[in-house]
Amino acid sequence: MSPPELCFSLHTATPRDMLRIQMISASRYVAEDEEAQPPLLFPPYRSTVLRAPKRPPVRIPQTLTEITGPASAWESLGGPACSDLTKQHAGAPLGQRIVMAGRVLDEAGRPVPRTLIEVWQANAAGRYAHAKDQWDAPLDPNFTGAGRLVTDDEGRYRLTTIRPGAYPWGNHDNAWRPAHIHLSLFGAAFASRLVTQCYFEGDPLIALDPIAASVPEGARERLIARFDLGLTEPSFALGYVFDIVLRGPASTPTEDPA
Amino acid sequence: MKRAQTPSQTVGPFFHYALPWPGCGDVAGGGSEPIGCRLDLVPDGHRLFAPGSGARPAGEVIELVGCVLDGAGDPTPDVLIETWQADCDGRYGAPGFQGLGRCATGEDGTFRLRLIKPGRAGGPGDSVQAPHVAVGIIGRGLLKRLVTRAYFEGDEGHDEDPVLTLVPAERRDTLMARADGAGRFRFDIVLQGQGETVFFEF
Repeated sequence: MSPPELCFSLHTATPRDMLRIQMISASRYVAEDEEAQPPLLFPPYRSTVLRAPKRPPVRIPQTLTEITGPASAWESLGGPACSDLTKQHAGAPLGQRIVMAGRVLDEAGRPVPRTLIEVWQANAAGRYAHAKDQWDAPLDPNFTGAGRLVTDDEGRYRLTTIRPGAYPWGNHDNAWRPAHIHLSLFGAAFASRLVTQCYFEGDPLIALDPIAASVPEGARERLIARFDLGLTEPSFALGYVFDIVLRGPASTPTEDPA
Repeated sequence: MKRAQTPSQTVGPFFHYALPWPGCGDVAGGGSEPIGCRLDLVPDGHRLFAPGSGARPAGEVIELVGCVLDGAGDPTPDVLIETWQADCDGRYGAPGFQGLGRCATGEDGTFRLRLIKPGRAGGPGDSVQAPHVAVGIIGRGLLKRLVTRAYFEGDEGHDEDPVLTLVPAERRDTLMARADGAGRFRFDIVLQGQGETVFFEF
């Protein structure tokens, strides 16, 4: 169960509201799992060297600021969902059509509904439809590679796209990014915001990639989508499963009993 | 069933046609330009997402501007600033007020958001927070989101704010948006080194 939507004013709050504020405030989000998360400074990924803060973060209490989020805002903020990246243009994009689906959960295994998932990726040749991507792999006029969707009541999502290609980058000699899809998740709380990347089972480039390697070894496999025959659609698309686990409330808030 | 957190990864340099949308930097609504999005980095004919609700929430409209600098003092042209805030009465998630802003930095590392000056929200126990905007910094070279807060120079409540008072006094000025003309506040973000912005964990 996700935290209830919040709408309180300190100036107009009734005692009942204040009680709810306190009860919701008590519903802290579990801490970031240090064994799951990369460090900010990881010199093999060179761009971290000048961007990682030198000082440790200041630990603060979770307030309403941290435990609220824009879960109820998406329709009016950003327009309609777009969960099929193969149908954004007149023709079909080149490449292997895939379905990627899964659930967004918290650490207790509870589904996280109404989470916005924004995705973007390179085309089948490994080229982004972005002005700053100057690699000479071809653009695909039938593929932009950006989508957005909102998880349902069971935390489920489903994306139809093409499998992205690998591409070279300038981090080190003969460096190649493994095929990946970028995902951005924002929903119930500012505290549970996550930006990540999803790789594909069996890709030999994963083991050579410093961005993937920044994640502690035991947690790295959580970034890998698994082929799934059950999700595979006959004569249409290969299926991949990718579940995402966000920080969740440490305790479930309860309604004011009064 | 117990599940383990999904690791964070960098947003990379190519997020501009996926995360910001025209007007995502205009939380106050009604601005003259659809700020927040780098249209120069979006492919021609891209079906951009609808530009918000058109709502014009109550409260004082302010601009929050700044520059994001790296450890060499150079501006960062590939960062996304994300803001989350209460409405003018200190309410989060109030009807008609979305409270989420985004702005991609320009080639000069700068960002600009039109916000509603937030009111004071409750803090732990009986405490009351000073007006502030939560700021997330997402970018190439950042393996995790950085989080800070922008408070406003001259506001009341700084001395009793349950977060600000946890920050060593000599570093609090990095969290202070400075008046920079009428209705405009400047909040530079230094990722690393001298004058490094205070970042939070919670």
